Amino acid sequence: MRVVIAKPGLDGHDRGAKVIARALRDGGHDVIYTGLRKTPSDIVRIVNDEDAEVLGLSTLSGAHDSLIPKICDGLRDGKLGGVIVFAGGIIPDRDLELLYNSGVRAVFGPGTPTSDVLGFLEEAMQRKQNNDPIGVGDDLGWHWN
Amino acid sequence: MSEIDDLLRRAKSGDRRSLSRLMTEISESKTIPEFHSKSIWTLGVTGPPGSGKSTLIGRLTKYWSDMGESVAVLALDPTSPVSGGSFLADRIRMEGTDMGENVFVRSIASGNSPGGISPRIWPMCHALSLCGWSRIIVETVGTGQSEFRIAALAERLLLVDGPDRGDIIQAEKAGILELADIIAVNKSDLPGASLAAQSIRTSLNLSDDDSREVLLVSALGGTGIETLASKIESCEPQRGRNELIMRELLISEWDSILLSHPEIDDVIQKLCDNSITIVEAIKSLRTSFQNGG
Repeated sequence: MRVVIAKPGLDGHDRGAKVIARALRDGGHDVIYTGLRKTPSDIVRIVNDEDAEVLGLSTLSGAHDSLIPKICDGLRDGKLGGVIVFAGGIIPDRDLELLYNSGVRAVFGPGTPTSDVLGFLEEAMQRKQNNDPIGVGDDLGWHWN
Repeated sequence: MSEIDDLLRRAKSGDRRSLSRLMTEISESKTIPEFHSKSIWTLGVTGPPGSGKSTLIGRLTKYWSDMGESVAVLALDPTSPVSGGSFLADRIRMEGTDMGENVFVRSIASGNSPGGISPRIWPMCHALSLCGWSRIIVETVGTGQSEFRIAALAERLLLVDGPDRGDIIQAEKAGILELADIIAVNKSDLPGASLAAQSIRTSLNLSDDDSREVLLVSALGGTGIETLASKIESCEPQRGRNELIMRELLISEWDSILLSHPEIDDVIQKLCDNSITIVEAIKSLRTSFQNGG
């Protein structure tokens, strides 16, 4: 699948994002990495221009609760409701519900084996083929973890 | 109306979602769609890995978009031969390319199209031009024949080298230097850049009628960008350029036909088993072409 890995907001650390990008490439995906410090509207435009099927958002700065819902809204407004969104980084458990309610389908914390992320993408692809809700604009309810 | 024509119609009216879908359709469709734009403007950019192509393209993009042009960039990166995946990271280096509606950047993995990506790039450029993109840039890593051949399909070709490499002299062996219209030595802020530029000039001077310029630029510091942009704008395509383009186009289409030949895997297997020779393999492939294969 074509996957965009993005770093929203003022967060200068991207080792995690790069580890995920590498793991997905090795899993046979085409990975486009945006680089650091992108705004929500930058990210929506990149997902559109790259015609990506999946967006992975990495944040460590604590701004996930405001940035990620904005990006999800931007995708839905931009006719990109079919895009599958997952998140990773430092995200406290108490914020998970908020992200799931925004349309995020998986959240991966520190120490996640990269095989988990590949497993999620495999299942997401399966759900997409079966027309089960999986995109950011589809019905909520299902999430990976 | 076919899906591609429909996408083109909507992309022309300014729908960016359709433009992006159109690019995907062109790269994945079974048959290669044909488009023709009379006002097409294309620039190929190639050079060794690490010479600063993406950063320089970011600068040129910013310069042209500030001048009111709309700039589209097709950035090609190789597909991993092991996993079939790719890591497309040219965007990171293109500072300023995520700033506006009049810049479009698409990363392309070279290995995902039936018959190779090369024959798809030209229709993509024409489609972009039909949609009003006035500066279309194709970036490839100039490490192998097939990669730089793609950039050579553009109307003008910019070759980028670094100061410390001398790689461009190596590149000469592959014929890149002959095809380049403009040569830029990047990283002029580092020692050795003027020496590198001088050695390329010396190499060019070996033939009398070669008036091509070697420019010093620094994509990092932004020096020399304006001069480079104006040289690119005013560059006269080299004599015989059209023949070169047509030749490259023919070769890439030919490759594509060969690679999508239904019997190619079979023939390669036979070659591995030593059950046929290369000459016999070619003969067998050609025979089945004539039979409509």
